[in-house]
Amino acid sequence: MIDRIRDIVPEERIFLDLSERYSYSYDASFGEYLPDIVIQPSNSIEIAQLVKMANKYLIPVYPRGAATSLSGGPLPVEGGMVLDLSQLNKKHIIDRENLLAIVSPGVITAEVHKSAEEVGLFYPPDPSSSHVSTIGGNLLENSSGPKGLKYGTTKEYVIGLEVVTPTGEIIRTGGSTVKNVTGYDLTRLIVGSEGTLGIVTEVILRLIPKPKARKTLLASFDNLVDSGRAITRILSSGILPGAMELMDNACIRAVENYQPSGLPLDAQALVIIEVDGHPSAIEEEIKQCEELCYQEKATNVKVAQTEEERAEIWKARKMVSPAITQMGPTKISEDATVPRSKIPEMMERLKQIREKYQLNLVVFGHAGDGNLHPNIITDKRNIEEMKRVEDAVSEIFEAAVSLGGTLSGEHGIGTLKAPYMELELGKEGLLMMKKIKEAWDPNNILNPGKIFPKPGQTKVVLRA
Amino acid sequence: MTTCPPKHELRLQDPYAEKLRDLSYDAANQCVQCGYCLPACPTYESMGKESASPRGRINLVKMAAEGKIDIQKDLAKPIDLCLGCRACEVACPVDVPYAKIYEAAKEVIAEKQEEARVQEERIKKSSNFQSKLRDTILKNVFPHKGRLRLIGNVTWLYQQAGVNKLVRKTKAINQISEPMAQFEKVLPRLEFPGKRNKWGSTIPAKGEKKARVAFFAGCIMDAMMYQINRQTVELLCLVGCEVIIPNQQNCCGALHAHQGLTNQARTLAQANIEAFEQSGADYYINNAGGCGAMLCEYDKLFENDEQWYARAKDFVSKSRDITEILVQYGPLPFQKEYHGIITYQDSCHLRNVQKVSDEPRLLLQSVPGATFIEMKGSDRCCASGGIYNILHFNESMNILDEKMKHVKETKATTIVTTNPGCLLQMKLGVERQGSSSDIRSLHLVEVLAEACGIR
Repeated sequence: MIDRIRDIVPEERIFLDLSERYSYSYDASFGEYLPDIVIQPSNSIEIAQLVKMANKYLIPVYPRGAATSLSGGPLPVEGGMVLDLSQLNKKHIIDRENLLAIVSPGVITAEVHKSAEEVGLFYPPDPSSSHVSTIGGNLLENSSGPKGLKYGTTKEYVIGLEVVTPTGEIIRTGGSTVKNVTGYDLTRLIVGSEGTLGIVTEVILRLIPKPKARKTLLASFDNLVDSGRAITRILSSGILPGAMELMDNACIRAVENYQPSGLPLDAQALVIIEVDGHPSAIEEEIKQCEELCYQEKATNVKVAQTEEERAEIWKARKMVSPAITQMGPTKISEDATVPRSKIPEMMERLKQIREKYQLNLVVFGHAGDGNLHPNIITDKRNIEEMKRVEDAVSEIFEAAVSLGGTLSGEHGIGTLKAPYMELELGKEGLLMMKKIKEAWDPNNILNPGKIFPKPGQTKVVLRA
Repeated sequence: MTTCPPKHELRLQDPYAEKLRDLSYDAANQCVQCGYCLPACPTYESMGKESASPRGRINLVKMAAEGKIDIQKDLAKPIDLCLGCRACEVACPVDVPYAKIYEAAKEVIAEKQEEARVQEERIKKSSNFQSKLRDTILKNVFPHKGRLRLIGNVTWLYQQAGVNKLVRKTKAINQISEPMAQFEKVLPRLEFPGKRNKWGSTIPAKGEKKARVAFFAGCIMDAMMYQINRQTVELLCLVGCEVIIPNQQNCCGALHAHQGLTNQARTLAQANIEAFEQSGADYYINNAGGCGAMLCEYDKLFENDEQWYARAKDFVSKSRDITEILVQYGPLPFQKEYHGIITYQDSCHLRNVQKVSDEPRLLLQSVPGATFIEMKGSDRCCASGGIYNILHFNESMNILDEKMKHVKETKATTIVTTNPGCLLQMKLGVERQGSSSDIRSLHLVEVLAEACGIR
């Protein structure tokens, strides 16, 4: 069979050595699964041939970008063939007239940001890994970041695709027009499908004009509920900020402990608000945000006057991830999302979970769109604690769903959240998704073991 | 599914894997595999595969420590292909001590290879030429400054006598090795060895004395680039430093540490700490980014030795790159206009380990008449990597040729670095582009000396 593969892809892009295979056995989430072979295809024809072969011999196929996934998207859980698409990155066209970017899936997201901005355009989705992650990975996980509040997630910007289907056909979906109602919207189906319905080989992205200016403030609150009310007040007052980020007290302490930045240690919540747009409009908006924060009992509001001060504010937020990993070697990063009016309630529930299971649980996230990041810092070698972590994770999902929210706002389901799918979708809803999967991928060879729970599985297991 | 087993449950057959686990497992487990190091890694960029990335290498060390892969068969090659530029440490959001993991792997691989070599020799009395060459150089040449000076002197003689021209004309050296032929061409033109700074001498400050500094001459710099050393001392005097050159100093041990010969590195470090303590100087100055990085991490060699640790810590706190001192006590008394465009290639170990990147640029911008233009990717490794470019010639040249494209874009007529290895690599790059008549590759000290009228 290896000889057949060599007919499709040149030798130097086929990896069989143990060290190479182990290098594709992980992502940024959990677990380690050794693939049998790793291949770096260079075009859609090679991929189509490989997928056809995989169908014939029933080999699992796992597409992989930069493997920054926090949910296990690219993990080769059933062995088989990893297709490393990070090197499929040659095409990168910015079409200024039509406000489009046409790119290969392996292009790094930050490169799209950069090339768009060079001509005064803007590609908003900004996952924090965007300087590493590929556009293909972003698209299949439907990733987003702080800017999702105002500008929406990746799916809002993908208007056309070239896809290799699970049976090895090359199809095009959507196109180069923003408006397109011809037939089913397969583009939207593929986006966020976590690599279970197709391998994306070319992407057409919609770009928008770049906002002219931005203003940023940092507000501290003595009470989480107050901060939640301030966020809601601002959003219902006719202002749509470019970003609204929240850090809880545990985060503030972790950051200060890691790299003292003068943050108020006694504050229960810090909120970063950034508005962008026309300079004179945002001047007024930031002032209004400041006033509303004070009205909702903010103890202190600092508006950045210079670019350095703005960077300083964002530095505190960016420091959260490294700071909390100092507290333990294993980080379980969740992204349960609730309607934004339910944020204070969700924060309260998280506090209860932290106390009940005696865990190091910190919360930060994109408060404006209800997308919180409860993070549990632990040590995967501590079996007893990992069991409590599993219970706590289950309860976080239950809390989010019961408040009308969702398991995942931006990280995806992958392996880690699969057991909870029925909790949110119900039996029939999940079955409908399964039918789609079966119709597209009758042999179940594309990214098997993801999204759908195994029979009887209702809880994540993080222990070895 | 296989998941990482708890440390205490590991029962390993291979004592080398045990040792690797003791030295690096906890550090390797700090990696959260976020991949933020990938874009910073020059070998990941040029080779395009995960095993050539920092995240990949850390994972493989972990796998070897867990006994899942073989140290020699599976781990040695990916580790060997790392340049050790440490750009990943700067990019890492969780401060994984990559150098610790990397050097632990190097050490264990070297020990295991040594054992295999001894066994092999017993059988058929032969061994791997590459590792033999490396060990001979590291054990018998670098720790002996006399022998190194001798090499320098012979090179000077070789150039003076015109043998080099003959060798180039007849292409004799190409018969031996194409890489060596390329390196031969870019060897610096040496001045008369009698002009070397004398060990143990003290050179007075010009004008008001602001500080007493001890100069670390370095082994390669002292043997092959002693003109730059002499100019360094003169620049220091110009900004008001009294300079002493401690007699008992030695090679810094960086090459040994990078090749896994940690014990030898430790012995060299002790000799240097002793020599510099005796100088009574305020600062210990070096002009080679690679050496400086080693010097400023001497404390890490003695984490299990309280007494030496304290002495090493004191040494580290006084260690400075020449550019830091020139900015601190400057400005320099420039006398001549410099012509043309200058661009700067960071020394990785100066930038990523010593965290010095502004000072060289400030100094270059202060040179009268010169136009400083930053090149794309100036902060990325040139793939000189100690002796990486000799051991992995093709991999190194792939990265270098890419870099030379960026040099060309700046239209620079001078390319400046702050480390002997990088300097030779730049000369090699320029030579390979066929533009050695248009572009000069110089150490920063040479540029400043020229503009200050020091010959």
